[in-house]
Amino acid sequence: MATNNEAIKEGRRLPPGVAWLGWAAVVVLATLGIAAIGSHRGESIDALWFIVAAVCIYALGYRFYSAFVAAKVLTLDPTRATPAERFNDGRDFMPTNRWIVFGHHFAAIAGPGPLIGPTLAAQFGYLPGTLWILIGAVLGGCVQDFVALFCSIRRDGRSLGQMARDELGPVGGVVALIGVMAIMIILIAVLGLVVVNAMRGSPWATSTVAATIPIAILVGLYMRGLRPGRVLEATAIGVALLLLAVFGGRWIDASPTLRVWFDYDGPTLAIMIILYGFAAAVLPVWLLLAPRDYLSTFMKIGTIVALAVAIVILNPAVKMPALTQFVDGTGPIFGGKVFPFVFITIACGAISGFHSLIASGTTPKLLASERDARFIGYGAMIMESFVAIMAMVAACVLDPGVYFAINSPAGLVGAHATDAVATISSWGFPVSTAQMSELAREMGEATLFARTGGAPSLAVGMASIFSNAFGDTLLAVWYHFAIMFEALFILTTVDAGTRVARFMLQDLLGIVAPPLKRTSWYPSVLICSALVVAGWGYFLYFGTIDPLGGINSLWPLFGIANQMLAAIALCVATTVIVKSRKAAYAWVTVLPLTWLVVVTSAAAWQKLFSPDLRIGFLSHANDLAAQIASGKIAGAAAAQAERLIFNDRLDAVLTSFFLLTVWVLVIETVRVCHAALSGRRCPPSTETPHIPSRLVEDWVRD
Amino acid sequence: MTELARAFWRALRTATGDDAYERYVAHWRDQHRDDVAAPLDRRAFFREEQRRKWNGVRRCC
Repeated sequence: MATNNEAIKEGRRLPPGVAWLGWAAVVVLATLGIAAIGSHRGESIDALWFIVAAVCIYALGYRFYSAFVAAKVLTLDPTRATPAERFNDGRDFMPTNRWIVFGHHFAAIAGPGPLIGPTLAAQFGYLPGTLWILIGAVLGGCVQDFVALFCSIRRDGRSLGQMARDELGPVGGVVALIGVMAIMIILIAVLGLVVVNAMRGSPWATSTVAATIPIAILVGLYMRGLRPGRVLEATAIGVALLLLAVFGGRWIDASPTLRVWFDYDGPTLAIMIILYGFAAAVLPVWLLLAPRDYLSTFMKIGTIVALAVAIVILNPAVKMPALTQFVDGTGPIFGGKVFPFVFITIACGAISGFHSLIASGTTPKLLASERDARFIGYGAMIMESFVAIMAMVAACVLDPGVYFAINSPAGLVGAHATDAVATISSWGFPVSTAQMSELAREMGEATLFARTGGAPSLAVGMASIFSNAFGDTLLAVWYHFAIMFEALFILTTVDAGTRVARFMLQDLLGIVAPPLKRTSWYPSVLICSALVVAGWGYFLYFGTIDPLGGINSLWPLFGIANQMLAAIALCVATTVIVKSRKAAYAWVTVLPLTWLVVVTSAAAWQKLFSPDLRIGFLSHANDLAAQIASGKIAGAAAAQAERLIFNDRLDAVLTSFFLLTVWVLVIETVRVCHAALSGRRCPPSTETPHIPSRLVEDWVRD
Repeated sequence: MTELARAFWRALRTATGDDAYERYVAHWRDQHRDDVAAPLDRRAFFREEQRRKWNGVRRCC
């Protein structure tokens, strides 16, 4: 049987000469693609070049670099029994087909992050973001996901926090836990802000997003009571209702009596999302969170595939220049030079620390063979990176003037349309009020100005790509479909994140007051949920009243936090590699780790101490304080400014905490690695001993 | 053609978790035949799965 199969495998292999010729062609194509997007100056460039360059680089990275990491650095061993095989309980631990694990893993790691970051970073032009997404993913993000997954598999599927404690000592463990909670709070606040900016003053968007709540509940009831576990049936019903809600929104928008029910300003919407978040966190999972998650996963995969097909077939022209003048730090969407801020703004899609939590969560408990870790860890991140490239393309097919008009906060370019277009046109990105109001009319919106956050400009980009394929009449529907699709999984992250942060808080508080630890004790659930929601709700609410747009301060904070988590994962992985006597190959993780430490430290330092008011938290706070003292700001505005000052200082404290965390962990890693190399005492490697797999005898596994 | 459609349908059901209960029962017959307890029924199985699934970090950015 075995020999027969081997013979078939051999027979399917290409002769080595042909294979090398094929890979040489891929190298040539990748070079051509990069040269095309890198050297291009002038009117516009075909989006297809982005896709060609990306696919070739991913293919090379996967075929060669990940193979090197798998064989030489980690020495994946398919004869070793995985946790799934050893602890197979048919539930948590279960050897599963690699494609299914890939699907689950990808659905878990890819959220709204890779869609938003590249859209914001497009203010520097398409080139810095695109290069960082490609290089960062192949050498950094994919490697991080892969090694985190590998470490967890070799340690009975332990979590990142546990591994940090085991390998680095107690300091690393505690810091990792608090860091994860902080990152959750910031992440949820900033995602909430993106949704608010899309719904502000738009009855169509607001009513469609609101409709997703009863639809999710309906699907939840269907799967719980009526037809347990019929995922496909329930999803078909849910998706049909969601599409109906998108069309129905137009009708509500047109009705003068109904539209006032869904027409709100930013702060009001923020309060609604806060109340919703609390309700979602204390309601049973099956009623809202689980069905919403099913729907958003299907929508996400469907829409991303449709977008990829549309970009390949329609090949839209990318109008954004390769570099804009904003690389000097004067960008309207967020302040800061291209170094280090492009590397902070695009976290998800290039390297995202959050993934290491998933890679050390459910996924390692499902792998049937160690060999699959390469396909799932490295491969799924390539997919997410590809999503980020598509988001970059969708943002850059817009006229640059339109892109900046949608994304620049009113506090910077002027609240009136005429002021805004004058400012933006003066930057060399011509745009007119007529053009903007025509676009808003086509999209079925009152205005598209100052909708900072990425979701609306991405929606306009997606709508124009899709409408090219299906006709202009549906432009407004496509726009609101895209808004609904993004809001759907942003709200899923809000629900799921609140719940996770609540579990962690219960764990932490349980140390002080043991009854709080009981996850099913209702008073504890209510108190801890309220605390978590208050945490992110605070940042969200003040983000909506910040005249510079809260994205300006919150997104970099989120980026720094996310990269910090990546640094923690890479620290753990480096220690593991050194302890397994592979120090010669430790550069594989040390390289991305060093880069992350450099960019997070540089970015955090600038966010703390830059004299530029739009970058430095402290200088902004001091400037506001001076204005209050001199009487320039008075009355109600002064009270608001006091709040902003407090916020700035809070953001500064958080930034210092993140900075300190990274350095504590790096120093711990250096210390432990040095001890391991010089044979002194250090926490021993907790790798589980080799137990032979019996599954390898089963040649027809998948 | 029907064979291909059937294979696609099977793959879709597996990928979405639509056939999770069938797979669970098959696994139970395969591995836990000698246990005293019977396998969970459909409703109980999905309740248990959902409780397990949402315990911990499940979704990312």
